[in-house]
Amino acid sequence: MQRRDFLALTAVGGGVVFASALAGCASRGENMSSGKGLAADYKDFYFVQLSDCHWGYQGAANPEAAVTLRKAVATVNALEKQPEFIVFTGDLTHTTDDPAERRRRLGEFKSIVADLKVKTVRFMPGEHDASLDRGAAYKEYFGETFYTFDHKGVHFIAVDNVSDPGAKIGDEQLDWLRKDLAARDKKAPIVVLTHRPLFDLMPKWDWATRDGAQAMELLMPYENVTVFYGHIHQEHHQMTGHIAHHSAKSLIFPLPAPGSQEKRTPLPWDASAPYKGLGFREVEAEEAGKEYKVTEFPVVRA
Amino acid sequence: MKGVSRRRALQGALAAAGAVLLRASMAQGTAEPRVIQMTARRFAYEPNEIPLKVGERVVVAINSVDFVHGMNIPDLGKRLDLVPGRVTRLELQPQAPGVIDFVCDNFCGEGHAEMHGRLVVSA
Repeated sequence: MQRRDFLALTAVGGGVVFASALAGCASRGENMSSGKGLAADYKDFYFVQLSDCHWGYQGAANPEAAVTLRKAVATVNALEKQPEFIVFTGDLTHTTDDPAERRRRLGEFKSIVADLKVKTVRFMPGEHDASLDRGAAYKEYFGETFYTFDHKGVHFIAVDNVSDPGAKIGDEQLDWLRKDLAARDKKAPIVVLTHRPLFDLMPKWDWATRDGAQAMELLMPYENVTVFYGHIHQEHHQMTGHIAHHSAKSLIFPLPAPGSQEKRTPLPWDASAPYKGLGFREVEAEEAGKEYKVTEFPVVRA
Repeated sequence: MKGVSRRRALQGALAAAGAVLLRASMAQGTAEPRVIQMTARRFAYEPNEIPLKVGERVVVAINSVDFVHGMNIPDLGKRLDLVPGRVTRLELQPQAPGVIDFVCDNFCGEGHAEMHGRLVVSA
């Protein structure tokens, strides 16, 4: 059974609410020559993206906040085929002014997700984790806030657009990004992981990265770039030129669709449908396609 | 939704006039602009709604008391950092009626998402 067939079956039996092919990332191409940054060894794989867990949140928008993350971990662990790695795209914790409490929340979060069967887990901060102390506490628990890694021929770049409270990537990191990209072939498959949207999705709701346009300008010459991010607590898909941006659902409370209401207040908890609007996703990179396939999962599967 | 659509239409009209609005020079007229005092604190602007008249020259004098809050006015393509201890001046001369939203875009804490306001311009 191919991976895509497996996903199709789970979509029928597992309460999956969305599964579709999404443009944005190429596999190896026939015209790719061997060389640095190319996808010569590209193979099928899939990873799981979780986002916006807000561990430590207490409020009416999620009266089951104390157990939601653990339930999501259990659901990931119950996937029939385990992902090759897992990414958390920020807001691991809910913000607090108290540095000691921030560290306590980061530590608890780390302890909970340590129960994931898959041990290759990539973290990145959200503004709730990092903006009030410029990432100091986050780094103590999870290391650097921006970095790269490679997996089966795909180059992953984690971009930090939250440690600066002004939602800036900053000149230093942009220079780092420029140098990293300079070593890549223009056809190399690249995935950017980040928290905030790199484009102006909804600036009046603070759904933007102040210098995101500079990052996009650096990425634009590369033919096969896909961005996965969080922050807006809902699935959203948008193209900027040939680059696809896919935001993930939250694991704490959903937010309204961009511009659908006057304020970006959380959508109310529905006691008749707990965890409605929350979830995580699988992202499958297929060998033959020039796309990623995204499958959305609820927090708890029937 | 109807209200939101109407407000968007008004914002669009104002956005088109925004450049003119922000270029308005205080030297253009002889009368002194009206000064509106505003305080920024976690997690609110006080006041958070400012009524204005079309053509009226105003200066919003903003005093942040506890954080370098931001003030982003996307429809006008304008943003400010509100540094505590310093009065930040926003000069305006609205050219059309409508509503213009502004928001804090420097993450300031748990109530950051609640820190926003609007300029309400009437004819």
